[in-house]
Amino acid sequence: MTRAETLQRATALAGRSLWDDARRRLLRNRAAVAGMALLALLVAAALLGPALAPYAYDQVNKADVWLPPLAHGHLLGTDALGRDLLARLLVGLRVSLAIGLVATVVSLVIGVAWGATAGFVGGRLDEAMMRVVDVLYALPFIFFVILLMVTFGSNIVLIFVAIGAVEWLTMSRIVRGQTLTLKQKEFIEAARAAGLSRPAIVARHIVPNLLGPVVVYVTLTIPAVILAESFLSFLGLGVQPPMASLGTLIATGASDMELAPWLLIFPSLVMVATLMSFNFIGDGLRDALDPKDR
Amino acid sequence: MLRYIGRRLLIAVPTLFLVVTLAFFMMRAAPGGPFDLDRKLSPEIERNIEAKYGMNKPLLAQYGDYLAGVARGDLGPSLKYKDKSVLDILKENYPVSLRLGLTAILLAAAIGISLGVIAALRQNRLADNGVMALAILGVCVPTFVTAPLLVLVFASRLGWFPIAGWDKGAVANMVLPVVVLALPQIAIISRLTRAGMIEVLASNYVRTARAKGLGEGRIVVRHALRAALLPLVSYLGPACAGLITGSLVVERIFNLPGLGKFFVISALQRDYTVVMGMVIVYAALILVLNLVADLIVAALDPRVRLS
Repeated sequence: MTRAETLQRATALAGRSLWDDARRRLLRNRAAVAGMALLALLVAAALLGPALAPYAYDQVNKADVWLPPLAHGHLLGTDALGRDLLARLLVGLRVSLAIGLVATVVSLVIGVAWGATAGFVGGRLDEAMMRVVDVLYALPFIFFVILLMVTFGSNIVLIFVAIGAVEWLTMSRIVRGQTLTLKQKEFIEAARAAGLSRPAIVARHIVPNLLGPVVVYVTLTIPAVILAESFLSFLGLGVQPPMASLGTLIATGASDMELAPWLLIFPSLVMVATLMSFNFIGDGLRDALDPKDR
Repeated sequence: MLRYIGRRLLIAVPTLFLVVTLAFFMMRAAPGGPFDLDRKLSPEIERNIEAKYGMNKPLLAQYGDYLAGVARGDLGPSLKYKDKSVLDILKENYPVSLRLGLTAILLAAAIGISLGVIAALRQNRLADNGVMALAILGVCVPTFVTAPLLVLVFASRLGWFPIAGWDKGAVANMVLPVVVLALPQIAIISRLTRAGMIEVLASNYVRTARAKGLGEGRIVVRHALRAALLPLVSYLGPACAGLITGSLVVERIFNLPGLGKFFVISALQRDYTVVMGMVIVYAALILVLNLVADLIVAALDPRVRLS
């Protein structure tokens, strides 16, 4: 074998990284693939659906109130104001998914920055930063969110921020733990010996190596955030009418269920399908990225 | 052991103090006040009311007064419920939440641990897949979906249970709320138990126990379960705190006189003292139950040294 050939083979072998392995394992996991397909379907429905639906989500129709499914061209029926449930459901799904995504990104940024800094710097700063996390953990979540809502007024952007600001705590603990073990590794030592500044080491060497556990936790945070938003909406603190989210739809469905059970059943099904798709993907990712954890 | 408990409680005091401080100033930073009504009060009356509750003093002085009260075990009067102190509200409503939450968590632990053990012993067989499917459902179907659905089916259509209400804690009134609270916990507990059991059953000391010729039942109960439950105990500490301080959703749907609703109503009405009381109860429970969980872990696992 010539030297060139050896080199070529070596690069070909190196092409199969941790991430390639993980992808292969993920695609072999039937539940995870089903979860991804379901999620793709839900996202497509949320993005395109409202434009394709024959009715607007806030179109009141006094003649057609409380219609059961399939009546008068309303596939899923109508609510107390004669609004088309399908149209409202598609918009609600879009709002819930958007909140899930944005609030998770907020929690991701805060949690990773906080946890990586605490873990990497260590010592007094670590202790102080983790004490902050402990204190926030001991504050009831709902209290925190209500205060943010009443201070700044209830609007959608604030719901994003409020939920994200609460959900970062666990993320920061995970990231800190990982950072503590990473910090001992030789390549960090090498980076330090090469004269890299500490922020550069954190940004270029620590954070990329945190990706595995962080990705897994993110897929499990999105459904948690969607749940949190629905919980707020259920208490009347979340998305305000006529806007809809899965939570507000379930809340109205629950109050009208004696008269119109479909208003409760269909939003509940969509909610369960959404949460399920994320959970399957999250579980699959955990198995794929951390094979010894199975 | 006693020294450890003492030390942990000593650390808990500053944490609790920070929580109280943070909550106090966050609450006060929010606009509005407890005496804002739809009808504007005349300035004299408003001044009188504020003076009665000491709210005409500077904020820092009020904070000092409040802390002094808490140290004496006095959480102050409610600003919204006339003639009721915060302690009265706790005494009246806490037993309801406590009873519901404890029943739910005990039920969930009994069922969840059994299911988890069965699933682990029958790994990748039908029973295991069944339990895991149930666990996924339990995590993915939120309480505000199960509660109305169960009411619709079992209360209003079948008429087996009352639709709502507490009726001094009658068993029939407790069934549906307890089931709703327990379902997601059963899911999480069975998953944690299964994962723990599978790991432990593959360990060397279980193989040793088998080699000694111990019966399977004895191995599972005496040797494996003890170690497999460790992660579960750490989870149950904070989960208990959440459950026994009252579930807002369940209390609202079943119209139960628990503590949960005060978290929301009091914060919206700026009933400062009641909100602070809720925060203190919740935070103290979290801290204490975490300590209890650590003590149980240490008791179960001789490798853990408390220091």
